[in-house]
Amino acid sequence: MPKDGVVMPTSLNLTARFFDLLLIVQEFTILSVQTVAGLVRPPWYLREIMLQLDRIGVGSLFIVMLTGLFTGMVLALQGAVQLEPYGATMYVSRLISESVVRELGPVLAALMIAGRVGTGIASEIASMQVTEQIDALRAEGTDPIKKLATTRLAACLIMIPLLTIITNCIAILGGWLVARLYLAIDSYFYWTWAFEAIQLDDIVQGLVKPLVFGFIIAMVSCYAGFSTKGGTAGVGVSTTQSMVYSSILILASDFLITKFFMAFA
Amino acid sequence: MIEYANVWLSLGDRLILKDVSFSVQPGETRVILGGSGSGKTTLLRLALGLYRPDKGTITVVGQDITGLRERDLFQVRQQMAMVFQDAALFDSLSVRENVGYRLWEQGLLSDEEIEQKALESLRFVGLDDILDKMPAELSGGMRKRVGIARALASGAKTLLYDEPTAGLDPINTCVIGRLILRLKTMGVTQVVVTHDLDTAYRVADRMILIIKGRLAFDGTPDELRACDQPAVREFLDPSSMPSEWTPSPNSNGISDEPLLRSIASPRSVS
Ligand SMILES: Nc1ncnc2c1ncn2[C@@H]1O[C@H](COP(=O)(O)OP(=O)(O)OP(=O)(O)O)[C@@H](O)[C@H]1O
Ligand SMILES: [Mg+2]
Repeated sequence: MPKDGVVMPTSLNLTARFFDLLLIVQEFTILSVQTVAGLVRPPWYLREIMLQLDRIGVGSLFIVMLTGLFTGMVLALQGAVQLEPYGATMYVSRLISESVVRELGPVLAALMIAGRVGTGIASEIASMQVTEQIDALRAEGTDPIKKLATTRLAACLIMIPLLTIITNCIAILGGWLVARLYLAIDSYFYWTWAFEAIQLDDIVQGLVKPLVFGFIIAMVSCYAGFSTKGGTAGVGVSTTQSMVYSSILILASDFLITKFFMAFA
Repeated sequence: MIEYANVWLSLGDRLILKDVSFSVQPGETRVILGGSGSGKTTLLRLALGLYRPDKGTITVVGQDITGLRERDLFQVRQQMAMVFQDAALFDSLSVRENVGYRLWEQGLLSDEEIEQKALESLRFVGLDDILDKMPAELSGGMRKRVGIARALASGAKTLLYDEPTAGLDPINTCVIGRLILRLKTMGVTQVVVTHDLDTAYRVADRMILIIKGRLAFDGTPDELRACDQPAVREFLDPSSMPSEWTPSPNSNGISDEPLLRSIASPRSVS
């Protein structure tokens, strides 16, 4: 309520907000630990996992393909402009494949999936929360964390790396389209350099990132859903929060992972 | 069977239950009466361990569930089934899957047996023709009855009903009343929260009355009828109170005349 903000001195307000944040971090950590623990303890709800794999994977396929296609095409255009002064336009595939595999593929795919899948998870769990379905699950003797969070986490950890690989391939393909149509680069030359440029550590980095992003998307969305309060209005708030916080965490962790790999590579 | 001992509970910053003690004996049908917002649903949720009391203990089948971890509570909850006030059906599952949910999760019966049980339970509430519908396609009363069928199919030995007849037509109210009576004669332990005094008197072995989070009465239906505490009389028969009496929910001394006049006046007051 705005009243609190006006009445309370700012310093106290800040302290209170800091402790709120600490509480959220604590709750988030507990939920994550319980969710991960669910991965190794039966029951596994395989049917639910299959359902989620289908929703997350098949459902997101189209948008990540489009994302990849346009990213690759734009990169080819922009890259050519950058390389032109050095007479290196024909090496554009190098630039595309490296930046896509390491950075753009994982990050853009994850952001799109956060928007499509993350918000879906958050709003579904949130509406179950406010309509007492979560309590009904508990009353039936089912662990809602296992049933809802663990299954979604598993599906995200499997599907998001796969979707990222698809995004990468389509992006490089998109780059090739532009290279062929507008830049007159030889196909053989394009593909040779596209693959040549990718080192083992790029691939490792390109797979670690989607795993981490998958974890972030699943856990942030589940947390937002489970912590929903205040009826249907709360469902909207949770959905928005899941999108905002998973995007921020994806970008921040991307930076950290990149830094980590640079330090060790 | 279920025992509440000096239970205190607050939610948010409000004190909801104040020192409530009563017990439900095995095979007994207990009715919980009380005004809207008095804490009846909260009592049922406590029995399932969905809330934890601030003070006091709750014992289910001889086991103190107050300090149990969530994981151990799942075992305790398997012995009970609850009919939620708003049914709380699983939106993503069909009626058939909702009703068979617990059996399905337990995985002890074959699919055909579960199907059979679900069908029997639905027949009991007169809804065996909507097996493949989704909850969103049902009316409020139908949802409620599917909720009851879900509890029946679960095979639990203790049933908790949160206003099972609210929002039902007289025929279905009667059907549910009979159902509770029949289960009672079969020795099933039941806790029924209701506003419907007819059903309450009919099915209860013993009743409690909760007023604003406090236990105001605990005894048999006959004792309740004979009880002469003013608070209890006010709850049971508000229309018999003297005409200068105002019901306690809005006895805050502020006149409601202006509001009523504004509704009754021919031209709306802007
Ligand atoms: N999650 C919650 N947070 C804060 N207060 C709550 C919460 N749930 C219920 N309450 C409050 O607890 C009190 C008791 O609620 P409860 O649902 O037990 O009432 P009830 O007796 O079942 O009422 P009704 O007959 O209307 O269903 C109410 O005053 C309600 O405002
Ligand atoms: Mg209630």
